[in-house]
Order: sequence, then C-alpha cells, then structure tokens
Amino acid sequence: MSKNRVAICGVGQSARYQTKLKCSMAGLVREAALAALADAGCDWSDIDALIIGKAPDMFEGVVMPEAYLAEALGGVNKPVIRVHTAGSVGGSTAMVAASHIKSGLFRRVLTVAFEKQSESNAHWALSPSMPFRPHFNSGAGGMFAPVIREYMRRSGAPDDVGCHVAVKDRRHALRNPHAHLHLPDIDLQTVKDSPMLWEPTRFLESCPSSDGACAMVMSCEQLADSGKNPPAWIHAMAMRSEPSFYPWREEVSPLASRECAQDLYAQAGITNPRRDLDMAEVYVPFSWFEPIWLESLGFAEQGEGWRLTLDGSTSLDENGDIPWNCSGGVLSSNPIGASGMIRFAEAALQVRGLADKRQVDGAKKALGHAYGGHSQFFAMWIVGTDKP
Amino acid sequence: MDIDLDPIESIAVPIYHHYHATSAKAITPFLHAIKRGELMGHLSSATGKVLFPPLGACPESGEATHEPVILKDSGTVIGFTTVHLPIPGSKLVPPFTVANILLDGADQTCSHLISECELGDVVIGMRVQAVWRPKDQWDYSLENIEYFKPTGEALVDVDELKQHCLERAKLRVKNRVKGNSTEVHHA
Repeated sequence: MSKNRVAICGVGQSARYQTKLKCSMAGLVREAALAALADAGCDWSDIDALIIGKAPDMFEGVVMPEAYLAEALGGVNKPVIRVHTAGSVGGSTAMVAASHIKSGLFRRVLTVAFEKQSESNAHWALSPSMPFRPHFNSGAGGMFAPVIREYMRRSGAPDDVGCHVAVKDRRHALRNPHAHLHLPDIDLQTVKDSPMLWEPTRFLESCPSSDGACAMVMSCEQLADSGKNPPAWIHAMAMRSEPSFYPWREEVSPLASRECAQDLYAQAGITNPRRDLDMAEVYVPFSWFEPIWLESLGFAEQGEGWRLTLDGSTSLDENGDIPWNCSGGVLSSNPIGASGMIRFAEAALQVRGLADKRQVDGAKKALGHAYGGHSQFFAMWIVGTDKP
Repeated sequence: MDIDLDPIESIAVPIYHHYHATSAKAITPFLHAIKRGELMGHLSSATGKVLFPPLGACPESGEATHEPVILKDSGTVIGFTTVHLPIPGSKLVPPFTVANILLDGADQTCSHLISECELGDVVIGMRVQAVWRPKDQWDYSLENIEYFKPTGEALVDVDELKQHCLERAKLRVKNRVKGNSTEVHHA
C-alpha cells in the first residue's frame, strides 16, 4: 500500500436530516457540499474529482441520479464516479474517495452521499418480486428481525436491551442539531409501548425514513491545511463483502464483518478496540444491532455485548468509556445512502474536536462503520487527530 | 408575469415494473419440478451441501452445481418474524409470520409463511409441513405452496441440526467418487 497520507479537511451535512419535500435531490447534495467546502476553506475550482454514493435507485425512482447531480456539484468537465454498495454505500464511497488520493491520481476530491427517502417507499423498494422466491413484502425490518431473534436466543440477553439502545441513541440525538428525530421525552416505557413492526422490533427501535446528504473534502498531505480547522487523518480503511444467501451463513456475526474489522485493526495497530479507540459511530438501524456489532467488532466477548449497553459503557450521557453513536446514529437519522458517510464523517468531526455538544472529551481516535444489503457489505475506517 | 402560484410539494407517480424473466439452465429444471409439485435443490460437489433454490452455482466455492436433489416438503423453522407493518402494493394483510425454513435434506433455508397456528406459537426449532394450493393453480412458482403449518412434532435443537447437516456435508465430500453421475437423489 502506498504511504500517501489522506486528510479529511471538510465535513458538511444537511442542516437537518428530516423529510425535505421542498428541496430537490440536487438541492440536498449541494447544501452538504457547500458546507464541506466552507469547512475545508475551498472552492469548487479546488476540486479534482467528484465521488458520489447512494443506495438503490428505486429509493427515489430516479435511475443514475449522479448523471444529473454532477452540475449541482460543480462536476462539469471533471471525473465523476458513482459508488453503490447498498446501505454501506456512504462508507464505501468515502473509501473510494480516499483511495483516489492515496493512489496519487487526485490531490483533492469532494465526496457526497445522499438519499431522499420521501420520494419513494424504501420498504417497497427492498421487497422486489423474484421469479424463484415467494414474495412477502417484509422490507429491511422483516429481513433483520430473525437475525435479532437469533442473537437473543444465543446470548440470552434480557428482552429490553434493544429498548435501552433506542433511548440512549435518541438522547444522544438531542445534542446533534442535524439529527432527524429529536424526542426529548423518550424513555424506556415509551419505547416498550410503541407498536410492534417486525417482531421483536418495535417502531421506536427502528430508524426513521430521512432525506439528506453528507459530504467530505479529502486531500493529500500537501494540501491538508487549507481550512481554518485541523484535518482528521485516515489511519486505516477496510471493505469486505459476501453473498447474501449460502448454506449455514453466519448472519448474526457475518464472516465479512469479522474479517473486515480484523484487517482494519491490524492496519491501525489496534489490539483492543474498546481500550484503543475513544468512540465509535456504528451503523445501527435497528436497536439490537448495537450489541450485535459490539461483539462482531471485538468491543465485547461473544454473548456479552448487551452488558456494555446496559451498564452505560456506550452512553455519552452516562460517561461511558466507549461511547457509540454520539450523533444519535442511524436510529435518529437515516437518509440511507448517506447514513454510512455520516458515520465516517462524525468520526472525523470527533477527532477534529468539532462535534460541539456531542463531543467526546479529548477524542483522538475513532471508528466509522457501515454495513448494507443482507448484512453482506462492510466498510470501516479509523481516523485520528494525529498523522498515522 | 406576476402570478402567485401555490407550491406543489408532492404528486403521486406510481412506478410499476413488469418483467419477463428468462430462466437460466439451472433454474429451468427447478421451475419445471415446482410446477409438478416437487422441490428440487442442487448438491454442491465442492462443499457437499444442498442448495435451495438452486441458482446454478455454489456461493461458497463459486463452482457450478449440476446434481439435482429432490427435497421433502417438510422442514424446521430456523428463524422467523411476525410482520405488523403494511407495505404498499402487498397482497398480504398483516399480521403474518414469515419464517426461514430448512427443508428436510437441505442446507440452506428458504422463506415462507407460517399459518394454521396462533402467531405467538411459532418458535425456533418448530417442525412444519407445506400446505399446497389446489393442483390446477400450480405455476412455475414457490407460491404453489400457500404456507407451512406446524406438524406438532417435538421441537428440534437447531444447533444440533446444524452440526448434523455440516457433518453430513463433510461425509458427502469425503465419499465422493470422481465422475459421479447426475442421477436424481432423494433426500
């Protein structure tokens, strides 16, 4: 691997990840891009290439949106690259952008990921009819609910661990002006009383449908001091995938997840992620995926992840030693295609010291994580305050 | 022009996809089999595991699969969820239970509905049996099975079942004779 260092010099997000009926897709991506450019102290003319990511086109019913978004992003006469790896796409888009700096091909790039869920219905879009399978229309929640139930069976965790995650992440979201859901009165009972959607997953244990975009400006080391704020440095990146269906596939802790994390930690010299990292932004679209990923990513022993949730270790409000999803996470905002990039960008904001009310004191090293498809695509990075 | 137009925030534009699927070499015998009421899987010679539905390649090894295996229409519930959320365009009315069912003789689960029991009665390890639609409605579709119903047999320990299946697959690979015929096996 080349030794070229990659800096994240600018981060931009939608002012708020809510339903934005009055804003076009072009308007969404432009809002985030302008904010990222301002943070990086750059103009459109400083950008060598544009790397765009979003989840399936059926989420808006607009095929190849990158073709029409290039103008709104200052992409005329510049290389434009579209990335797609389902729900993990925001993460892999950031990695594709960083890889182009690392390779030396480009010196500074703008990367943007977005989704405008209000244009269509994601449950419908995720339930296509296939000629050789029965058609049930159960959406993403229906696909992941059996995985959650299997985790509960194996771990023997108390039934309300998911409800605790749902409360914790929504309380974090109150610190984040960008978060879609601001539910100041949420408590355990409210979550427990919310309607069951896909047993054992309740309404308030699920992510919302959001519109929004996230953008980053990345550059090579020589251009890293363009903005007034310090950059974040990429210490490690890893991506893995595996087929959605095969005999006895491990769905709770997929092989691709475990191997992706191992590769990532080896690159960054991390032997104990709970001790060596200061915080993590991890893709948790349904509450129980916090304990599931705590174990798969090596923050807890197998079968023990739920204990970290219950004892407050992952909570910023309870001064946990390893806060997860200080932004409120996917449970509080889910513009699907952008959700992975938001995780990566929030990790960068933390190590730059720019996370405002959701800042983890003295955070120097953070994990950004995304997964997608049938828990089959994984993208992860570790960013730091110091140069790697 | 100084016309004060009302903003148009949203108009419904439904999109329909009607596809004509051409079935590939591996799917064709599977679809013919399902039309005559048989469940056909493929044995992967690389892993010794039985794939269902057979898509023509073993996802683990990447090798083409050729050997058909006729499976029973009974199986075990490996995972499930009860869906309460209505989805646009769906013919199913919630609540309904969708299960990942391991057909007897298979190594890969398939999704199907569970019915003829209370929603809360479905559990991991439950034994189930296919309930077929009337024969004159059969098509090239797994929906020839309307749903699965509990058999009332004792619950199966799914960890033991997995172990048993993995050992069976290992044994198949070990006992494999080169140039094996493509005769139809019955699970």
